[in-house]
Amino acid sequence: MTILVVAEHDNQHLKAATRHVLAAAEAIGGEIHVLVAGQHCAGVAEAARALPGVSCVRLAQSDALESAGAENMAALVVRLAPDYTHLLTAASASGKNWMPRVAALLDVAQISDIVRVDAPDTFTRPIYAGSVWATVRSADAIKAVTVRTTAFEALPETGGAACLETVEAGVDTGLSRRTGLALNASSRPELETARVVVSGGRGLGSAERFSALLEPLADKLNAALGASRAAVDSGYVPNDYQVGQTGKIVAPDLYIAVGISGAIQHLAGMKASRVIVAINKDPDAPIFAVADYGLVGDLNQVVPALTAAL
Amino acid sequence: MKVLVPVKRVLDYNIKARPKADASGVELAGLKMSMNPFDEIAMEAAIRFKEGGQASEVIAVSCGPQANQETLRTALALGADRAVLVETEVELQPLAVAKLLKALVAREQPGLVICGKQAIDDDANQTGQMLSALLGWSQATFASRIELGEGTALVTREIDGGLETLSIRLPAVVSTDLRLNEPRYATLPNIMKAKKKPLETLTPESLGVDIAPRLTLLKVAEPPARQGGIKVDDVAQLLDKLKNEAKVI
Ligand SMILES: Cc1cc2nc3c(=O)[nH]c(=O)nc-3n(C[C@H](O)[C@H](O)[C@H](O)COP(=O)(O)OP(=O)(O)OC[C@H]3O[C@@H](n4cnc5c(N)ncnc54)[C@H](O)[C@@H]3O)c2cc1C
Ligand SMILES: Nc1ncnc2c1ncn2[C@@H]1O[C@H](COP(=O)(O)O)[C@@H](O)[C@H]1O
Repeated sequence: MTILVVAEHDNQHLKAATRHVLAAAEAIGGEIHVLVAGQHCAGVAEAARALPGVSCVRLAQSDALESAGAENMAALVVRLAPDYTHLLTAASASGKNWMPRVAALLDVAQISDIVRVDAPDTFTRPIYAGSVWATVRSADAIKAVTVRTTAFEALPETGGAACLETVEAGVDTGLSRRTGLALNASSRPELETARVVVSGGRGLGSAERFSALLEPLADKLNAALGASRAAVDSGYVPNDYQVGQTGKIVAPDLYIAVGISGAIQHLAGMKASRVIVAINKDPDAPIFAVADYGLVGDLNQVVPALTAAL
Repeated sequence: MKVLVPVKRVLDYNIKARPKADASGVELAGLKMSMNPFDEIAMEAAIRFKEGGQASEVIAVSCGPQANQETLRTALALGADRAVLVETEVELQPLAVAKLLKALVAREQPGLVICGKQAIDDDANQTGQMLSALLGWSQATFASRIELGEGTALVTREIDGGLETLSIRLPAVVSTDLRLNEPRYATLPNIMKAKKKPLETLTPESLGVDIAPRLTLLKVAEPPARQGGIKVDDVAQLLDKLKNEAKVI
């Protein structure tokens, strides 16, 4: 049994997600390789070589792989796939984009967003916004799997000494091309990996109040900022702040939900947080059912008071 | 250019799913079913292309049991020109759906397939990408904006950290994210009119597609429950709990 873990990175830094996926690979068992695919990303491959439990890092570099476009990524992974019993990557925007292509081209099922490894061919994954967990067994020779990173504790950054092998990057399929990229510049920790997340909902009322109330609180806690879909749809914050079934999945040590009602689709993205605090003026808001500490009150008073007291 | 829109019939998003008593699946009996919300967004995008003169025909497709006719009638009421049901009682997994859709693409020759990014029942987020791969087409998932050009499209995608714009070659598969548009409601006159629009029924066998499931569902269960918490009286008590009880700050 040999597992290929496809690394998540931005050509400069190996993302922490990869170390969570490695933990899932370790739970499956067997030899582990890591694929670093991109352009000018040899530094990422070096970082990957130090990961514990990895025997070999395979590095593919080309212009066609620079933006990890789905068509080119899939073609590469499919070419390497015959060496492996399992292909694993994070259930991130990137992994979700190309892994199903790989599965289809290999004529195998994909197992999305696993939260548990039950056996090398059996996995548990949330369905219906996490209201239910399904345990499924795959009969396919190659298992194409995306991993919910919050469900597996990250392995350390160092401890390994993997070999490095260069692999042919493959030709550009020419099917699609990135023409624009607008990343939200932020000095805050990443939402997916932050230890503390402060999230705001429709209760904030406006983009101005969202930033005036929640940024100082997040500053004090060195927290990432998140949001409900309603807050994103109302334009308070950018799209990638959305936490939930169809947004980001987070599981920080501390999640503070401010002016969020607690719809099932939102809970799906934060229910696994270690400690949940809810601030809401409605004592019957469903968010209180999952909150360790609920504070009923007007966020316009409570949040500044909390920030001041920290 | 024809536009094909695959629509799935799912448990309504307002209803909390529960496992059946024997853990063999999710309880659906007697519960409200609706069109997958992302597919409503896909329908809306397709209809707007038709209204804008960029699409010649919008075809709604659903795969599954006969009850999916209801979902297709909704699609017709929203503005699809005609509908195709691939009828089967077999439980369909995304790879099987992608293969059925591929067969329909061969029949219909659309220039664009717009599907939802994710069905809110299986939360798989696979079908569109799989279809695109099987066709050897380009793909743009999680679209928040689609601009059609001559033989190409510009698609803005929601990715981790922000937005990405892709120039893709047509034909292509695009999957919708929440911010692409706000779907319209079907009006009563349109619901009446939809009853007269063509709805064709095919079978996986007639399309020559193998839909055998690859994954065996062993069981479904409630996820681990959270311990119920407490309500605190004020900010001071909250801080005390966070510091001394939970020890997270
Ligand atoms: C297909 C689909 C996918 C979805 N995906 C997601 C997802 O990924 N993530 C997500 O979050 N949602 C998602 N949703 C939306 C979800 O169903 C809810 O609509 C959304 O989460 C509600 O956001 P909210 O809690 O901010 O707003 P509301 O439900 O309107 O709640 C606002 C809360 O603020 C409180 N409030 C108002 N004023 C104050 C005040 N002054 N002080 C204190 N409290 C106050 C209110 O009491 C209320 O509880 C999805 C929905 C669909 C159909
Ligand atoms: N049975 C089905 N019939 C029609 N379309 C489907 C079906 N299953 C999935 N789809 C389409 O594929 C999208 C993604 O579904 P999934 O990959 O299951 O999350 C949905 O939003 C639909 O557009």
